[in-house]
Amino acid sequence: MTVRENRLVLAHIWVALGALFVGTAFGLMQVYSRAGAHVTEFFDYYRLLTAHGVLLAIVFTTFFICAIATYATYSTQPRENRSLGIGWTAWSIMLFGTVMAAFEILAGNATVLYTFYAPLKASPWFYIGATLLVAGSWVVMVDILVQNGAFKKANPGKKVPLPAFISAVTFVMWFIATLGVASEMLLLIPWAFGWVSGVDVHLTRILFWYFGHPLVYFWIMGAYIVWYTVIPEILEIPVWSDSLTRLTFLLLLVLSCPIGVHHQLMDPGISPVWKMLQVGLTLTVVLPSLMTAFALFATFEAYAAKQGKTGFAGVVGALPWTNPAFAGIALSMILFIFGGFGGLVNASYSMDILVHNTMWVVGHFHITVGGPVALTFISVSYLMIPKLTGRKLMTPRMAMAQVVGYFTGMSIMSIGMHVEGLLGAPRRTATLEYGSSPLAATWESWAILAAIGGTIIFANIILYAFCLLGSAGITAKGETKFGFAQGADPEESPWWLNRIDLWAVACIVMVLIAYSGPMWQHFHEGTIYLAPGARTW
Amino acid sequence: MHVPRFEKIWIGLGLATMAAFFITLVTLAVASGLNPPSTDGMTIDPTKVSQTPPFDKPGLHQSGPHTYEAYYVGQIFQWNPQQITVPAGSTVKFFVTSVDVVHGFSIPDADVNVEVMPGWVSEVDHTFKEPGNYLIVCNQYCGAGHAGMFASVKVTP
Repeated sequence: MTVRENRLVLAHIWVALGALFVGTAFGLMQVYSRAGAHVTEFFDYYRLLTAHGVLLAIVFTTFFICAIATYATYSTQPRENRSLGIGWTAWSIMLFGTVMAAFEILAGNATVLYTFYAPLKASPWFYIGATLLVAGSWVVMVDILVQNGAFKKANPGKKVPLPAFISAVTFVMWFIATLGVASEMLLLIPWAFGWVSGVDVHLTRILFWYFGHPLVYFWIMGAYIVWYTVIPEILEIPVWSDSLTRLTFLLLLVLSCPIGVHHQLMDPGISPVWKMLQVGLTLTVVLPSLMTAFALFATFEAYAAKQGKTGFAGVVGALPWTNPAFAGIALSMILFIFGGFGGLVNASYSMDILVHNTMWVVGHFHITVGGPVALTFISVSYLMIPKLTGRKLMTPRMAMAQVVGYFTGMSIMSIGMHVEGLLGAPRRTATLEYGSSPLAATWESWAILAAIGGTIIFANIILYAFCLLGSAGITAKGETKFGFAQGADPEESPWWLNRIDLWAVACIVMVLIAYSGPMWQHFHEGTIYLAPGARTW
Repeated sequence: MHVPRFEKIWIGLGLATMAAFFITLVTLAVASGLNPPSTDGMTIDPTKVSQTPPFDKPGLHQSGPHTYEAYYVGQIFQWNPQQITVPAGSTVKFFVTSVDVVHGFSIPDADVNVEVMPGWVSEVDHTFKEPGNYLIVCNQYCGAGHAGMFASVKVTP
């Protein structure tokens, strides 16, 4: 990596972290508001909830994944005088879109939450800003594919290095998925400008969730790149299996897009048969998930074996728990186990009635994207940022306290939210009073527990900023070891594990099958009425 | 490509578990009718709800000895009707639509939970066995007054 290349990766990281710091602060106000502290007199709950969702779930994650993928691609395919034009173009478009959308949200012109369900009518500039953020990330995909193409040309017969390959798979999946939200924008933008009088509400929801679920896998795949290639690098061993890692990512590519309807199980207008089909397809994610769990334990075992340790206790005891980057990532994996269990409930068709749109769902995504993904990114930043700035993490113990604290806070908050949801508390409400209803009274103590967890997380993010200042800002220079590991057997895997195009076609075919029913139903049953929409905030 | 034997067993167990879950869900759906609310093609012009029967007169209508139909209109930030009263043991079929934005019609104590979209009629039913006051909340964000959008079902002994 050259200094010029480092700057591009750092630019993505700084935007991501800016979004993280601001978004988390807003989250703090939300948990207090729901716990009964009358803070809504001082701020607009739903406006900041929109900002919280967009900044953390979209801006933080997308920029950070762009940083990781770009870093993985560049560092494993070193080139003299690489052109960074595409990379900087992508970053600039993304940042421009982000600023535009963020401005509209904070100005109160787009209090539509991060799902922006029509016909809540936001300012057209919010939709355009969000579209530019997505379009900019497509340019990142182009950059990765161009780099990988150049590598293949320069090294005939050789496979693209594993970290660059899985980064490319992640972004091809993202591209196929975001075509959904881009199409939705084509309906929303003319309507928001007033050029057309109404919008097809149901169609926008289908398009949104066609994108909305793979969005979740995009976050996870970003974290998986770290789990599969950075963990072995920290442990100083090769990736456990080159071919099974490629297969895991390719399976995620195929299985990510044809399942969005499981977010619409409680929607009218989609028949039970098609809902059930997509529920079945959703459950197949067990395949790449269990392959990942196996690969990670195999990696830990190989590391312990090098030190002559065997058995469960021996392996766990041998791991470098005092390294904050390793410990944070390992803790994030523990959260993901519970996140996966909860996800099974949400996707389980009739069982979703119990939890749909309740606080349970919020608890769920805080121990998936908020836990495994965010904690993985935070932990890996303790290596990436010092490495990119030519410095050294000055406060490893403080960083250790930070990742453990974040894990603790997120666990507590998530437990509170899950129980609140099981007791029936709706998500996305500023208060839980409901005319002093006895049912609503049962939610209060769990909302307070969630607020305690939220407070710990907020304190941790401040601590995180201090740790970074210590290593990236003002302290002395030093050496940090960081990189992306590769497999010991890179030439062994079969040819069909190196053809993203074939798997992308398989993904599109699956999408066409899974969505043929819902789309046919939408356009051929009943009359489609367009809703004029309103600004209800 | 080498897949260790333990990994094959591990993945096999995972796939078998998911297959068992899926078969359970399908069996419950087919045998016991445990399906999420999924009305096909019931649409309504959202700009003319107040002129379209039966939504021009939202409220409760008795349809049999122990069965009722309840027509609800969601409009920021209230449900109409605000309260209905039925005797215990009644089965109520709810038909819900919206005149403005998306709402969520949820009775947490009765496992009633459905998205309500302008332009569409959502349908869901429930048998109220226990007397009491059942809270109806809006569980989909609909605007500034979202948290104040609630109603109730009173079930008399």
